[in-house]
Amino acid sequence: MKYRVAPGIYAVGNPDRSSRVFVSANFKLSFDHLRRNLEGINSWILVIDTKGINVWCAAGKGSFGTKEVVRRIRIHHLAQLVDQRKIILPQLSAPGVSAHEVKKMTGFTVIYGPVLAKNIKAFLDAGLKATDSMRQVTFPLVERIKLIPVDIFYGKYYMLIVPLVFLVLSGLNPMGYSVDLAVNSGWKSIVNLFSGYFAGCVLTPALLPWIPFRRFSAKGLVTGWLVAILLLLAGTLGTTLVEKASWFLIMGGLSSFMAMNFTGSSTFTSLSGVQKEMKTALPVQIAMAFLGLAGWVITKFI
Amino acid sequence: MNRFVYLPDVVTLELDVTKCTGCRMCLVVCPHAVFGIENNKAVILQKDFCMECGACAKNCQEGAITVKSGVGCAAGIINGLLRGTEPTCDCSEGSSCC
Repeated sequence: MKYRVAPGIYAVGNPDRSSRVFVSANFKLSFDHLRRNLEGINSWILVIDTKGINVWCAAGKGSFGTKEVVRRIRIHHLAQLVDQRKIILPQLSAPGVSAHEVKKMTGFTVIYGPVLAKNIKAFLDAGLKATDSMRQVTFPLVERIKLIPVDIFYGKYYMLIVPLVFLVLSGLNPMGYSVDLAVNSGWKSIVNLFSGYFAGCVLTPALLPWIPFRRFSAKGLVTGWLVAILLLLAGTLGTTLVEKASWFLIMGGLSSFMAMNFTGSSTFTSLSGVQKEMKTALPVQIAMAFLGLAGWVITKFI
Repeated sequence: MNRFVYLPDVVTLELDVTKCTGCRMCLVVCPHAVFGIENNKAVILQKDFCMECGACAKNCQEGAITVKSGVGCAAGIINGLLRGTEPTCDCSEGSSCC
């Protein structure tokens, strides 16, 4: 709840009946960002209820949508507050908002501002016009890094349970079970698993443009295997060929899956594209994980 | 750094030029510069840049644009499969998820 701003009308500076109206999501970071960039400009901010979610995600879900914009204009009596009939919305709300429908229902003309709030002053100075670059979404390294924690936490429970299972299974041997063996060799499995996970949800996003292939799952396979090669040299993949191959399967599949999940954080993947990618990638990832696990368990008995 | 482009030839975006009035709204809302203007009508210049966000279709008064929009998100698609619904991201409030 602490990320939410109460919906309603807010003033920046000393706005009057001719001041511009900006519409914001009620995600606190979006709101603060807008407010900061409006400093020195007397204006109104109409905060709508997007359940505390940022503009683009809320627009995708429809909560930053035509209905909510129209509803807020009405219940906060915007038409009585200002004489002018324009409202400025963030461009990234456009997937949820139909400008002509808002106009039809409220009389207010929707003007889409730039993608980033930091360009608002330039947009206003240019007479409510955004340059082509202000209209485009990029995905630079800094933005990708910021989203990495979201993906790391995706597998939180699994990444506690699965390594534990591997640790326990590490004690299996042809003679039965050995706790000493589990303790002495199990850490290697944990290193391998976390490295595969790291390759998929940290290395792949960070190095995204420089890894070959367009499919995220293929990119993840590349980074997963690169890390596996490093661990092969470091000696944590085991001693027999089957055991090493098993780790390549497990780490490759795991990294590939986690990398594929980063499509959700990216700013340029389409639903049709991700569906196409998953249709082949998901079965391959599952098969790799199971074959790898089976191979690894078998090596415990030979 | 150059633009990211995802898989080629999969996007469902379609433009019916006969309905287009050249209002340029699609150029305004598109975050990936997919559209251009030729002879006062919109054209799709770079179909593979499209991420199917649906902003253009939603803001085309003439209904000249169609696209099957949705979340381009693997976790969302898995969510949808598990629940038997359309792909949906399951981000709770807060952070910059999806």
